[in-house]
Amino acid sequence: MVALEAPVLEITDLKKHFQVGGPLSPGSGTVYAVDGVSLAIRSGEMLGLVGESGSGKTTVANCVVRLLNPTSGTIKLKGRDITQLSRRRLRPLRREMHIVFQDPYSSLNPRLTVGQIVGEPLRMHKVARGRDLDRQVEDLFDKVGLRSELRHRYPHELSGGQRQRVGLARALSVSPSLLIADEPVSALDVSVQAAILNLLQDLQQDMGFSCLFITHDLATVEFLCDRVAVMYLGKIVELATREELFAHPKHPYTQALLSAAVTPDPEVQRGRKRIVLEGDIPSPMNPPSGCPFRTRCPLEPESSPRSHEEEPQLRDVGHGHFVACHLVEPGGAGPQLVQPLVGGS
Amino acid sequence: MTTPLLEVSDLSVRFDTDDGAVHAVDRLAYTLGAGEVLGLVGESGCGKSVSALSLLGLLPATARVTGEALFEGVNVLDVPARQLRRIRGKEISFVFQEPMTSLNPVFTVGKQISEVLRRHLELSSKEARKRTVELLKLVRIPAAERRADEYPHQLSGGMRQRVMIAMAVACDPKILIADEPTTALDVTIQAGILDLMRDLRERLGTAIILITHNLGVVADIADRVVVMYAGRKAEEAPVRELFARPQHPYTIGLLNAIPRLGEEGNGRARLQEIPGRVPSLSEPLDHCAFADRCPRADDLTRSHVPPLERVGPEHLVACFHPGGEWSH
Repeated sequence: MVALEAPVLEITDLKKHFQVGGPLSPGSGTVYAVDGVSLAIRSGEMLGLVGESGSGKTTVANCVVRLLNPTSGTIKLKGRDITQLSRRRLRPLRREMHIVFQDPYSSLNPRLTVGQIVGEPLRMHKVARGRDLDRQVEDLFDKVGLRSELRHRYPHELSGGQRQRVGLARALSVSPSLLIADEPVSALDVSVQAAILNLLQDLQQDMGFSCLFITHDLATVEFLCDRVAVMYLGKIVELATREELFAHPKHPYTQALLSAAVTPDPEVQRGRKRIVLEGDIPSPMNPPSGCPFRTRCPLEPESSPRSHEEEPQLRDVGHGHFVACHLVEPGGAGPQLVQPLVGGS
Repeated sequence: MTTPLLEVSDLSVRFDTDDGAVHAVDRLAYTLGAGEVLGLVGESGCGKSVSALSLLGLLPATARVTGEALFEGVNVLDVPARQLRRIRGKEISFVFQEPMTSLNPVFTVGKQISEVLRRHLELSSKEARKRTVELLKLVRIPAAERRADEYPHQLSGGMRQRVMIAMAVACDPKILIADEPTTALDVTIQAGILDLMRDLRERLGTAIILITHNLGVVADIADRVVVMYAGRKAEEAPVRELFARPQHPYTIGLLNAIPRLGEEGNGRARLQEIPGRVPSLSEPLDHCAFADRCPRADDLTRSHVPPLERVGPEHLVACFHPGGEWSH
């Protein structure tokens, strides 16, 4: 497959640094929340962005929809640079990208009915009005599996799962090219999560939008996404197709993350070897020199002293599998710390 | 046959609120053996936390707790407050989900652990300090001497949870109740906490009641599992039996609702959905609590409460139509 058209989203060397504290406060400094992230999402592709808390994945999402202004780097939406666009010039482009937030309780306006909430983007972008608007809202409710009578209810009258469906209907109302989903099921109960994940998958197949799916849960990514990017301390450390990443994880951090994820099967779970990482994720105010993962890396003795001096670059080691590790050479298998779980056995 | 360490029977908890009663737990029964890890599993509102909190008198005054919970022959639901205070924190201790809000922000963590030791074991401040540092080492906190003098905000989430566990095991309790101990933590940190709990059980012989919604965590560490739904026990079995041969449709639904790592067909498979929602608990239900969502429901299910039936040596299920498939 040759991608002739521009990617739906193209992020190049994105950085977002926050200044915290004043000159006199003891904790002042710079938080390197996102520090040089590049990735592209093709048309109709679902890209999973995985990482632990504080890795910067939500900051990436907020920069893409320009809820935050990036410190540097570029963000292109369907080939058009939107990094510096003013709010006014950005507004028509907002039809093209929408976001679904983690918390279905705080992301819906409590003073509007959910029907008004879903219809708002249609009104804002002057897509529909009057009876036509009502009809489209009804269709959207149907699409996300909500009874249309619920249109006249307020968010607090709905369950968490129903609210997240409202969030999805709102995001998809103007048929965006790109949906950004920031931990959309993390606040929901397991049985409700399943319904939302199925729905998201159905809608994506139906409408063909591209999706940046942000989560800390690897199993969800494996279920849903075409490609996966793993973030650590503001940087992408590994990026590959789903099949490749889960069958042949190369970065030691990805391997540790996969080995630590629990699986609901005592036979499998108790037979697995787990890599327990020492210590905690370093502060993004004071990231380590060289390789960001070196302070917790089980292979540190092997990669030292290079890991202290030089930051490993994210490079293609074959078949579009990108890894940022000194120990992974192009074409080589790289270090294997544990057997990956593949094929349900 | 040995008597269990804890024997809960007929435990019901009702909250009287301004909007009427909520029947949070309905005639729950289970046992816990010495050194055993019991997983109490269910979704939000199923009564798993409330049932555990009720054991130690930690519920608000609006709660009406009835039934019996025998701990070493004493019904802890019916002992005077003074006696309960001697049990709580010493014989039975608690680890909560959110380590930030369960530690006192204005005292150092060392001080907070010492307080438990001085209160229950009447150690001198010097002895307590020494033991505190030992406990911090036991839960594998590096530089324990220095960390003891730090305040909760100076520690990471995983470290705070280790402090909570150190405090909970300070007096060598017989039972540790851990309420979603890893839910607020990242997976790499969770792995360390699970290893620590396993280690403590082996070294100290502490029995653990692990309350969680995460079936992966249960698969990792529990010996036996109780699945709760709408305040009642839906199913109970040894862990391998439960995951290999689940019988209650709710258990089956939950197991099939979760995406799994390394599963064949990831990418285009579908997850099991459980239609509908949890029933309101404002009335005691006179039928199967799962009936509205169950593919096996019939007139019997909708008019009677299913009793717990034995379907295997240690396998109990509260279903009129037990079976290994979601529907039948």
